[in-house]
Amino acid sequence: MAQVMMKDLNKKYDEVHAVKDVNLHIRDKEFIVLVGPSGCGKSTTLRMVAGLEEITAGEITIGDRVVNDLPPKDRDIAMVFQNYALYPHMTVYDNMAFGLKMRKFPKPEIAKRVGDAAEILGIQELLKRKPRQLSGGQRQRVAVGRAIVRHPQVFLFDEPLSNLDAKLRVQMRVELKRLHERLETTAIYVTHDQVEAMTLGDRVVVMKDGWIQQVGEPLELYGKPANRFVAGFIGSPSMNFVDVTVADASGALWVETAGLRVKVPPALSGRLGAYKSQHVTLGIRPEDLRVASGSDSADYSFDTVVEVVEPLGSEILLDLKAGPNVIVARVEPTVRVKHGDKMRLALHPERVRFFDNKTELAI
Amino acid sequence: MAGRAGSGAGMVEGSRWHKWVFFHVPLMVFVVGTLFPFYWMLVTAFRPDGELYRPWRAVNNTPFWTTQPTLEHAIYLFKQTMFATWLWNTMFIALLSTLISLFCGLLAGYALARLRFPLAGGLGTSIFVTYLVPPTLLFIPLANIIRDFRLGDTPWSLILTYPTFLIPFCTWLLMGYFKTIPKELEECARIDGATRVRAMIQIIFPIATPGILSAGIFAFTLSWNEFIYALVFLSSPQQKTVPVGVVSELIRGDVFFWGPLMAGALLGSIPVALIYSFFVEHYVAGLTGAVKG
Repeated sequence: MAQVMMKDLNKKYDEVHAVKDVNLHIRDKEFIVLVGPSGCGKSTTLRMVAGLEEITAGEITIGDRVVNDLPPKDRDIAMVFQNYALYPHMTVYDNMAFGLKMRKFPKPEIAKRVGDAAEILGIQELLKRKPRQLSGGQRQRVAVGRAIVRHPQVFLFDEPLSNLDAKLRVQMRVELKRLHERLETTAIYVTHDQVEAMTLGDRVVVMKDGWIQQVGEPLELYGKPANRFVAGFIGSPSMNFVDVTVADASGALWVETAGLRVKVPPALSGRLGAYKSQHVTLGIRPEDLRVASGSDSADYSFDTVVEVVEPLGSEILLDLKAGPNVIVARVEPTVRVKHGDKMRLALHPERVRFFDNKTELAI
Repeated sequence: MAGRAGSGAGMVEGSRWHKWVFFHVPLMVFVVGTLFPFYWMLVTAFRPDGELYRPWRAVNNTPFWTTQPTLEHAIYLFKQTMFATWLWNTMFIALLSTLISLFCGLLAGYALARLRFPLAGGLGTSIFVTYLVPPTLLFIPLANIIRDFRLGDTPWSLILTYPTFLIPFCTWLLMGYFKTIPKELEECARIDGATRVRAMIQIIFPIATPGILSAGIFAFTLSWNEFIYALVFLSSPQQKTVPVGVVSELIRGDVFFWGPLMAGALLGSIPVALIYSFFVEHYVAGLTGAVKG
């Protein structure tokens, strides 16, 4: 059990500056997820915590020890890798016992701990097998088991579910969450999958190009993205962005572009006032759009033409065009439309976001 | 292996005619061309002198088989020459130089495959380049060194010079093999509590067994068959290795003692053939670099 602190953490390779000034305080027992596109520095950050990459500048503290110069074995951490990294020449039991043997635990203690972990993960019958005799899901369980037998201070997960098929991934995700609730060990989890990040993390760290973009609870990232990148990255299908101009008409602020004109919601008009007759980016999530009915105000609705209909069963995704702007909307499965139909969409005024075109920060 | 070769035959596309022209016939030519010298060696080794020196056009000449197989040549080898000593010399020299080369090759190959240090790439290439220097040139400076260290006509002259071509070979083969082993295995071991050396010995080396075996077998074969250094550095009959001993003691002037020569060649190749047949599975896996995890 321990907190992890990263202070002004930097990693430079010969040409690439992979991690830039990362500051992060991971609380004891917290499950924190680092998420971002490939090459954003999330894995490098994790590997620096693990001691597998040297730290170019900055400081990492686990518990109350600065670990910058400690070799991986002395950091009291356990790591689960994307390709499982099971030792192919050892049985499952020996795989799980390896770390304990290295630390010279007495044999009965090793047997007890491996037995306990195997029971938690439901892999008791597999203990005598070799890794190649296991399925992907079983290997993943063994890899997790190997991490938990040691009772480390921190768990590190490097995209552990990426090699599993979609169904198994969902199942293992739930199991990991349950496991964390049971073991209450600090965990750092790296993934490029925003769904995993949202469902697993107590807090989520979004990274891009080596910088932290935003740190927050999942719903905070979804509801109040700090910038355009986070807004587009979190949520699926991703947020619609439309380049619009702020205009003042009949005593209220409007944003407009070809084929689309909506009123600025009162809550935002104060901050948007500074952008009069400038370009800003309007962001609206597909789930915050609906088919307009008679009761919807004309101020918050606009006309579109249906391009593509994607029925998913529980909902329908519509690719629409409002003038030249492509917009995705998520609507009720009962909506009956086809390619070429005209349709009026209404938006949720409180859920509209605006982003500065230059800084990309939320307004 | 048999399965793989079978599916290889199935890979040839097209008509039966195509298969014969592009697959079966070339393969047969290759197999016959490769195996015939061995067959010739075998027949000659067991053919009595009377048959061996029979004129080609004689009525009763049967060049491709023998009706009276005999062991007289093998007996001659052991009774009249120092063949047993040569066998022992060759074995001793080959084993020791293989062990030295494997040890160095393992460490060097691991370092080149895994550690990031300045000039690692250049070092790897230069090790390979030393392998390209032909022994027919290298033996000249080496002969000087051997003389200066007074190692001439001792097994050590070969045990210490064979690694000059074995170490680059082992290093490169093992480096290639280590690169196929996911580095996460080692990283995981290091997080699990092992030092780098321990992770190398307990995790990487056991997994690399096929690669290590093939490097070992290859190194052993190369030193077992080596001719030029052995010819140059050894002079007294009791120090010689099989390839040199057989050739220098059984060709006297322009007289070739074909029977004992071929018997010597046959007996000399048996150990190598045995080793290959024991480890053929690992050996193939080692060369194709397949880690099954």
